[in-house]
Amino acid sequence: MVGWTFLLLLTAVLVVAIAGAARARRLTAPAGEKVHSRPIYHGLNVAVWTGIPAFVFLLLWLLGQNTVIHQLVLASFPGAELMTSAERSLLISEIRQTAQGSLFREPTPAIVAAADHLRSLQALAGQAMVAVAAALATVGAFLGFRAMRPTFRARHSVERSVTWFMMFSSLVAILTTLGIVLSLLYESWQFFRLVPPQEFLFGLRWEPQIALRADQVAGQGAFGAIPVLWGTAVVAACAMIVAVPVGILSAIYLTEYADERFRAVVKPMLEVLAGIPTVVYGFFAVLTVAPLVRTFGQFVGIDAAPNSALAAGGVMGVMLIPFVSSLSDDAFAAVPRAMRDGSFALGATKGETIRKVLLPAALPGIVGGILLALSRAIGETMIVVMAAGLIAKMTLNPFESVTTVTVQIVTLLIGDTEFDNPKTLAAFALGLLLFGITLGLNLIALRTVRKYREKY
Amino acid sequence: MDAAAALPVPVDWHSEAMQRRRRARYAADRRLQIYGMVAVAFALGFLAILVGTLIVSGYKAFVQTVASVELDLSRADIDRANLMEANWRGIVRDGLRAQLGETELSRAEERDYFNVFTSSAPYIVRDRAIADPRLLDGPATFAIPLSDPLDQLAKGEIDRDLPQDRRRVNDAQIGFYDQLAARGLISQPFNWGLFTSNDSRFPELAGLKGAISGSFWALLVCFLISFPVGIAAAIYLEEFAPKNRVTDLIEININNLAAVPSVVFGLLGLAVFLGWFGLPRSAPLVGGMVLSLMTLPTIIIVTRAALKSVPSAIREAAFGIGASKHETIFHHSLPLAMPTILTGTIIGLAQALGETAPLLLIGMNAFITSDPGGLFEASTALPTQIYIWADSPERGFVARTSAAILVLLGFLVVMNTAAILLRHRFERRW
Repeated sequence: MVGWTFLLLLTAVLVVAIAGAARARRLTAPAGEKVHSRPIYHGLNVAVWTGIPAFVFLLLWLLGQNTVIHQLVLASFPGAELMTSAERSLLISEIRQTAQGSLFREPTPAIVAAADHLRSLQALAGQAMVAVAAALATVGAFLGFRAMRPTFRARHSVERSVTWFMMFSSLVAILTTLGIVLSLLYESWQFFRLVPPQEFLFGLRWEPQIALRADQVAGQGAFGAIPVLWGTAVVAACAMIVAVPVGILSAIYLTEYADERFRAVVKPMLEVLAGIPTVVYGFFAVLTVAPLVRTFGQFVGIDAAPNSALAAGGVMGVMLIPFVSSLSDDAFAAVPRAMRDGSFALGATKGETIRKVLLPAALPGIVGGILLALSRAIGETMIVVMAAGLIAKMTLNPFESVTTVTVQIVTLLIGDTEFDNPKTLAAFALGLLLFGITLGLNLIALRTVRKYREKY
Repeated sequence: MDAAAALPVPVDWHSEAMQRRRRARYAADRRLQIYGMVAVAFALGFLAILVGTLIVSGYKAFVQTVASVELDLSRADIDRANLMEANWRGIVRDGLRAQLGETELSRAEERDYFNVFTSSAPYIVRDRAIADPRLLDGPATFAIPLSDPLDQLAKGEIDRDLPQDRRRVNDAQIGFYDQLAARGLISQPFNWGLFTSNDSRFPELAGLKGAISGSFWALLVCFLISFPVGIAAAIYLEEFAPKNRVTDLIEININNLAAVPSVVFGLLGLAVFLGWFGLPRSAPLVGGMVLSLMTLPTIIIVTRAALKSVPSAIREAAFGIGASKHETIFHHSLPLAMPTILTGTIIGLAQALGETAPLLLIGMNAFITSDPGGLFEASTALPTQIYIWADSPERGFVARTSAAILVLLGFLVVMNTAAILLRHRFERRW
């Protein structure tokens, strides 16, 4: 239905554009003047008038339709005004399932009536949407054709619309950030009304498995984020221990020692590591690395958990190698040739030049790269969801299982979610924390890199 | 005499101490080089082990062990007007029993025997009979997949020498399998089901069709949104925007968005698209919208770089013959920048194809046994399907997961190769 409406609108726009261009070709200019715009612009102008208002209307309508219909259905449902928002959303999903015929148990008469109401409203809304869109398109086409005169500056008009579209597009980035910040803040604020912020920020226990319904047996629940942050730090530290030395050393080898052909082959192969989806790394960590870590643990006499922080962190570190490597590469390349040559002229070996001249000069750039990699490690999700644990534990032992912020977000939100219990909302508070930490790290890293670049 | 005393003592470069010192310095140089080689070897070795493990554990899922069973449906009691309602379970069981000849089976043996075959065998026969009613007229051969444990046995994943209670097939089942194999009924054809069936609880029947089409729809939405919007934003920022605080803010924003963790985009999708706008859960439309927000920064950054690299001589020539600014951009700069933009877009879409976490949060990890008919229907995507299968306990899903990963990596290789070819073929150096 919706798809057909859009397709119909698109066809109408095309037809109108062609017809408009054809009509504009027959325009004759008054004596002594020229037709201002080429026919194609006249056609495009009519198309803009026809298509854009109807298109914008359709988008807005589709975004608002469900919310409005649900409100209407609930408003006429007996007793709905006394319900909490959770009961309301349960009710509405039951009504929707009944309307689609996919409810497994026998619905009550009130729900059947509401479902009928929902269906009739939906049908009405669909007809109204098509009717209004058609009317908008027709009026737009009429106005567009009426504006078509030899002296009409159709090109300017089209270009103005294009500029507006471009301006709006460049705002999408800001709207996205705004959307992220506002939604995280809003849901976190809901959360902090149930759990005080100081308990969240400084609490030492994280046990979010609380009862969703009154008849469930579950723990009391504790929402202290410290153990989760601790686990994140342990996993990220494991990742950095792998990524930083390997990344920097491979960058040194590839830029300073390896010959051109070796570099041309190996560098893209390293980049492949960055292109592999993280879910693949996660599966690999579970399938191969975790048993390996366990065997190694037995070998040295440590009892390693099957989902140890080391397995998840180590694999994550490998994923970050190309990242660290290419950023260090850039940092080395930014060191002026003269410094290198000066060192060689004093008789230093290549290794001495690298350690005593290149590394110190490139250090700010490398540190910036490491910070960016750290922010990735903290925000990385799939590897830890698959390979790290679920229980928050304050331990420094990398052979034990820990949990991370991203793991908790995903496990709290997987499955059906209701927006009114602390368990779901806690995920948003953790998300806000994660967003804040990674944003801070990114800003510091970018500043470090930029400051350093200005130096030479 | 004074001058001679002030001169430093000449260094004897050939002295024992100096030679030792030099050797130590060269050794340190070599050590650094070796560390570097070890680092590169470690990274490449890991890559090789990763791909190798996936191939070794995944290639077996590209074949499926089937038994070619001949059933004579003309002798069964089937109401041709109502094929759906026939007693397919009984018919298929009778047919399977007949394969063993005259042997009488006890209850327990019979159960073991039927468990050799997939439990969905009746539906497979039914669906083929409905699709082709001529099969009802006489004996016909049906390829019945073996159940997962037997499939694993046939592929050598289960060790026959283990004691019975430590493997998932018992001796009786191995006996039945050997009997069927001795009669030449067992074969291992290419597993088309991996691509043509939907998800299933049974590994031997599970396929990727729904996941592939879900990923396709989501990527289509992602492309339709991020490509025009990204190019428009880039053109505006590069060619039109005044240098002021607002455009600075936009630029910082774009760079920052590229570094926001993907799971945060999932939270955005959950709270805004599902929560506030009430769009359907698990739908490829929502997945595509979230992915497009993540791809947008990539496309904007690539497009800006591409536009920047178009020489200003071309722009000035267009202005010189009276083109407007829009005409200059859309007729000259943008077409010249297009190959680079397309390369970047393909790479961005390849990243989006592998993205998992945001799709999990908007519910594209549901167990869905039909492929999505459109943008609004619940579905999974390739990476989330991998996640679901990786979480499943059945042994057969390990191979399926690896196979699904190989399929995903195959798509990524194709997309990236296309991007590289595009760049080599069309990119101009000015």
